[in-house]
Amino acid sequence: MLESKTGILFVAGIGFFVFAFVANVAVPVAMYKDQPEKTAEEMINSNILYQFTELSKRYPQSFEQAFGAANEENCAKALRLGRQLYIGEGCWHCHSQFVRPVSNESLRYGPVADTAEYQNELQRPVMFGTRRVGPDLSRQGGRHGNDWHAVHFFRPQTLVPESPMPEYPWFFAGSPDKPTRRGLALITYVQWLGSWLDSYPYYEELDSIKSEGY
Amino acid sequence: MVATTGSDVTHNIPRHEDLVNERLVLWYFLAALTFLGISMLGGLLMVLQLVHWNPFDGIEFFSAARWRMIHTNAVAYGFLANAFLGTLFWIVPRLTLQPVASKALSYFIFLAWQFIVLATAAAILVGPMFQDRDWALDFARRMHIANTLGAQGLEWGETPYWTDPVALLGLALVAFNFLVPISRARGPLYVTLWYYMAAFVWTFLTYAMGNLLPEYVLCGTSAGAVSGLFIHDLVGLFVTPLGWGLMYYIVPILLKRPIWSHGLSLVGFWGLAFFYPLQGIHHFLYTPIPMFLQYGAVVSTIAVEFVVATVVINFVGTIWGNAKIIFTNIPVRWFYTGMIYYFITCFQCALQVTLTFQKLIHFTDWVVGHAHLVMFGVFTMWIFGFMTYLIPRLLRRSWYSRALCEWHFWCSAVGVFVMFLDLTLAGIFQGYYWASLQPWEVSLSGSQPFWVTRVFAGLAMFVGFLCFVYNIFMTWCRVDSQPGDSAIAVT
Repeated sequence: MLESKTGILFVAGIGFFVFAFVANVAVPVAMYKDQPEKTAEEMINSNILYQFTELSKRYPQSFEQAFGAANEENCAKALRLGRQLYIGEGCWHCHSQFVRPVSNESLRYGPVADTAEYQNELQRPVMFGTRRVGPDLSRQGGRHGNDWHAVHFFRPQTLVPESPMPEYPWFFAGSPDKPTRRGLALITYVQWLGSWLDSYPYYEELDSIKSEGY
Repeated sequence: MVATTGSDVTHNIPRHEDLVNERLVLWYFLAALTFLGISMLGGLLMVLQLVHWNPFDGIEFFSAARWRMIHTNAVAYGFLANAFLGTLFWIVPRLTLQPVASKALSYFIFLAWQFIVLATAAAILVGPMFQDRDWALDFARRMHIANTLGAQGLEWGETPYWTDPVALLGLALVAFNFLVPISRARGPLYVTLWYYMAAFVWTFLTYAMGNLLPEYVLCGTSAGAVSGLFIHDLVGLFVTPLGWGLMYYIVPILLKRPIWSHGLSLVGFWGLAFFYPLQGIHHFLYTPIPMFLQYGAVVSTIAVEFVVATVVINFVGTIWGNAKIIFTNIPVRWFYTGMIYYFITCFQCALQVTLTFQKLIHFTDWVVGHAHLVMFGVFTMWIFGFMTYLIPRLLRRSWYSRALCEWHFWCSAVGVFVMFLDLTLAGIFQGYYWASLQPWEVSLSGSQPFWVTRVFAGLAMFVGFLCFVYNIFMTWCRVDSQPGDSAIAVT
């Protein structure tokens, strides 16, 4: 068997692969069978609706043109597009989306990642990520206002001089106060991340967190 | 076992000219080098972005983040796949003494594969420009897919969804084209062909798994398990077996002696085949993936390092007593330097995969350094070694300049090792900046010296590549072509 064609094809080639597939994939699939995939509509909550409405008031002309009314249906549409851009622009290669239970990450970001958070349409495929050039984004929603994100996407160094993040002027019609459909969608998506949680720490105020003795 | 032109020719053994389509091998090599050049420029753009020197920042077509995806995909599918296909078209017919299944099919596969690579690059660059159109949004929703036009959300697999069926067809045809001569071969199978046979099955299954399940079927945590398995299997079950198959083929030929121990070859192959596919989840330790599965991935990763040690011992045993040849023979030097780097990455992997190390180095540049040492320091260097050996034979003239071959070697070998050390160290710093709850900007300014070093390490690798390309061009243009094997200076 060890040196025969059938042994190599069927045992090493197919057999071992299938064994690994069962151990590494079929097991977690079976374990999370009771948590079916939710749709983008089902993932909308009051926090993200507030941000979406705020966008419509802050940039009325751009918003009207891009999405029309600030309702749930259009919010889901914006979330889908925002996530498609998050993938297409490669955001997730510099920003992860999971908080680990080690390295003080729950102090910096908030609650440790939980499976239930990822069982939805907007995590198919999952955006865990493998590298953090910038911070984790899974508890980013509501950390900054929509105007902060607009300026930051337009030219990150305006707000964070050390930032190596690229500029994204193509999300805007010339200036940060005129976000296009792409810009509004991506801001909506980033504001959605973590919006399902009640609260999380603000690491911008780390000094006060540390002095409180956590 | 090995058909060598010009020696031991009996009338039972088919002629080399009837077995190997040399033109196709050369085409694959040139396509591979083209995409490697593009990939290196993409990587350069990304690192210039990191050190704030990107002259194209804010120009959509030169988006560093999109070029970063072209960088990895061009390496995996444009460079490694093309280069390994070239080696397969040379090695498989010579080991089996059978031509590939079909000559027309071979040309079709070549064209189809270039189409897949170019389509991927075009989609990554242009796709996001049109993703906000209503038809693109409606289509994604109706078809239940994550992204209509641009990259698909799978690391190392950003091939847009519509190229996946073409790529799967291509991989199936590749398997067919080479499994036919292997099935017709008589007598015992040589080690190289074990690795190749398994690689044909694994690559197809890995590609299908990674490009279909997390996009259409699974979401969340289980999709993460599949993505981890895909990243890992792409290296372990596509690149690694093709790389070791090449090593087992070429090293005995260059050293003119057999592999030291057949038993260790068996241990190496079957150990890799069993343990390698079990490790995917180690890319996502401390995620919500069940902890016992994470432990399983860690243990099997450490186990495979013992298997790797047996393979490395086998190759050290093969060169034992004749090691001085690496001073004079440049291809042997490429292969053995690559193997030493392989041992370093695997040893590093046995440490970094533990939860203790993961706490500190996950998400940092440590992992990026590891990836570069594996993909460039090992497999790209082996491919360079084989190209340095084979291109004079394909062009039927000796290298234009041995000095340029040396420059190619030293720039690449030193460049990638400096990059590896630099990024490993950067990773430790970044890990401590984050764990000590410093403001994020501290980790960015702290990374700058490492990223600047990385620019120059990368440039050294690129200079080596340019030396190689220039050397090939000048060799090609040489008028005083001397046919035959005897004229090749560097081997």
